[in-house]
Amino acid sequence: MQVETFLELSAQRFPDKTALVCGNRRLTYSQIEEQCNRFAHALMAEGVERCDRVAVYLDNSVEAVISIFSSLKAGAVFLMVNPTTKVEKLTYILNDCRAKALITHAKKLQAIKNCWGQTPHLRIIVVAGTDTADMNNTDKRFVFLDQCLHQRPLLSQPPTKKCIDIDLAALIYTSGSTGKPKGVMMTHLNIVSAATSITTYLENTPDDIIVNVLPLSFDYGLYQALMGFKIGGTVVLERDFTYPYAVIEKIIREKVTGFPIVPTISAILLRMDLRKYDFSSLRYLTNTAAALPTDHISKLRKLFPHVKIYSMYGLTECKRVSYLPPDQIDIRPTSVGKGMPNEEVYIVDEQGRRAGPGIVGELVVRGANVMKGYWEMPEETERVLRPGPLPGEKVLYTGDLFRMDEEGYLYFVGRKDDIIKTRGEKVSPKEVENVLYSLEGVAEAAVFGVPDEVLGQAIKAVIALREGAYLAQEDVLRHCAQHLEDFMVPKYVEFRDTLPKTATGKISKRELAVHT
Amino acid sequence: MNQIDKELRRFVIDNFLFGQDDTHFSDEDSFVDQGIIDSTGMLELVAFLEQQYRIKIEDEELIPDNLDSINNLVKFIEKKLHAPL
Repeated sequence: MQVETFLELSAQRFPDKTALVCGNRRLTYSQIEEQCNRFAHALMAEGVERCDRVAVYLDNSVEAVISIFSSLKAGAVFLMVNPTTKVEKLTYILNDCRAKALITHAKKLQAIKNCWGQTPHLRIIVVAGTDTADMNNTDKRFVFLDQCLHQRPLLSQPPTKKCIDIDLAALIYTSGSTGKPKGVMMTHLNIVSAATSITTYLENTPDDIIVNVLPLSFDYGLYQALMGFKIGGTVVLERDFTYPYAVIEKIIREKVTGFPIVPTISAILLRMDLRKYDFSSLRYLTNTAAALPTDHISKLRKLFPHVKIYSMYGLTECKRVSYLPPDQIDIRPTSVGKGMPNEEVYIVDEQGRRAGPGIVGELVVRGANVMKGYWEMPEETERVLRPGPLPGEKVLYTGDLFRMDEEGYLYFVGRKDDIIKTRGEKVSPKEVENVLYSLEGVAEAAVFGVPDEVLGQAIKAVIALREGAYLAQEDVLRHCAQHLEDFMVPKYVEFRDTLPKTATGKISKRELAVHT
Repeated sequence: MNQIDKELRRFVIDNFLFGQDDTHFSDEDSFVDQGIIDSTGMLELVAFLEQQYRIKIEDEELIPDNLDSINNLVKFIEKKLHAPL
C-alpha cells in the first residue's frame, strides 16, 4: 500500500464528507482528491519523475496538505521544510537531497531568493498566492499552484501508480550531532506501518475529528494529516497555537474528538480559564516529544475527566516507539508505556545483551516502521541501524537510555549523546554553536540543555568573548534568530571570561552543566 | 505615530526582535505572518497590555483582529480605554 492511498480510499468511501477544515475553508474528500490529481499531473508535466524529491516550504495550510498527496501521486518523495527555516539551511536541505521542485508561497519568495543561484538541481518553483513580484532574475521555472489546481479539468483522475511500497515516500530532516541536518528516509511501507499501529491503539474511527496545531514539518504534526485521511476522519488544521482561545473555540465548534499536544501546549492550556467550554466531544489527548510533567497530567485529568490521555514516546527514525494505555496514566504517570502494536522494543546493556527489569540501557526498536537510513549518510546510518535477528534485517538503536519495570513498562532516563530535546524538537548543540562562532567577537561557545518544566529542555549558550569585544545578550539572540529556526534560538545566554576545558583541551560541557 | 503605537512597537521590538528591528515590519504587518510572535509570545503581549494600560482582556477578545498587528492593537486598546465601565 502507498501513502497516497489513504486519501484515495477515503475519497471512494466518503466522497462528500469534510476531510479538511482550515481557516474558513472546508474541503470534502472528493474535492481534495481531484485537486491532488490535477496537481500531480501538473508536477509530472513539469518533469517531476518517480523518486524525485519535492520540497514543501509552507505554513500549515490547505496547500501544504495538497502538496503532500500530490507529490506522492506523482511518484515523488516529499519533504516538509519548517516554515521558519532561514535561507542558508533551506539551501543546504534543497542541495542535500537535490530537490527538483519546491512548493512555497509568494510571500516567502523575497526572503529565500538568494538560494536560486546556489541550487543547481532545483528546476521548478510552484507558488501559492498570486503576487508575482519576486519571480524573475533566475533560471528557475515558476508555476502558479492555482493554475495547476483549476485549469486541468480533464486530469482529475489519479495518475498511474509508479511506486511500490518499499520506495521512498518522504524525507524528514532532523538534527544530527555533527550539526548538519540528516534526512530520515521513510518508505511508503514505513509510514503505512506506523500510521496503522498508531491509529490502532488510538482506536480511531471515521467519526474522529482531529485538530492539528503542530507544524506539518514536525512528524507528529504531519502524521495527524496522514492518519486523519487514513481513517476517513476530518482534520481541523490550524496554522499554530498562537491564539489559543481561537483554537479552543474551533475545537468546540467542530466537535473535535482528538487533540495532539506537546508539553508547551499543555502549559498554555493549564494557564487558560477553560471552565465555560463544553469539551464533551473530546475523546482523547495525545502527548509526545517530551514527557508531560506529572502535575500537568493530574491537572489535565481534572480539567478533562472523560478524556483519554495517551503519553507517548518516539523519534523520527521510526516515527513512534511506545504509548501508555490511558488506564495506566494514574498508576505510572512517568512511564511512556510499551511498544505499539506490530512492533518490538527492548533494552540492551553495554555489552549488547537484552537487559532485564530495572537495568538502564539503550532502547532498540524492531518493526516495519523503522526508517531505511539517513539520506546519503552511510556512516551515520550504520551507527543507528544495526543487524537484527533475521538475515539482512536492521533494527534501530535509538540513542535513548531507558529502563523497564517488572511489568515491561518503559521509563526514559536520558540521551546517550548531547542532542537537546526542546519544545519536542531535537536540536544539535553543534548547529547552534556553529552559528554562535560565526558572530564577530565570539571566542568560545558551548551549547547544552537545561531542564525546563515546559520545554522539556531549554537551550543554554555559554560564551567567552574575544579580548576587547563587546556583545550583549540581545546581540547574540538576534544573531541566532537570523540564522536558526525559532525553536533553536537559546533561551539563556551567559558570558564568561573563559570556558572550562577537559584534559584534552575540549570545552567541558559536563562541568558547565553542573555549575550552571 | 501616537503614543500607544510607539510603546507597542518598542515592546514588540524589545521582547520579540531582541532590541533591533531588522524586519522593518509595518503597522499593518501580521505578527504571525512575519514570524514575530508565537503562542507563548502572545501570552506575554497580553500580560503587557493588561499591565501597561490597566485593562482587562477577555478570553474572547484574544483574536487576530484585535492583536495581530500594531494597527489592530492600537484600535483595540483605544476602544478598551474608551469603553464605558
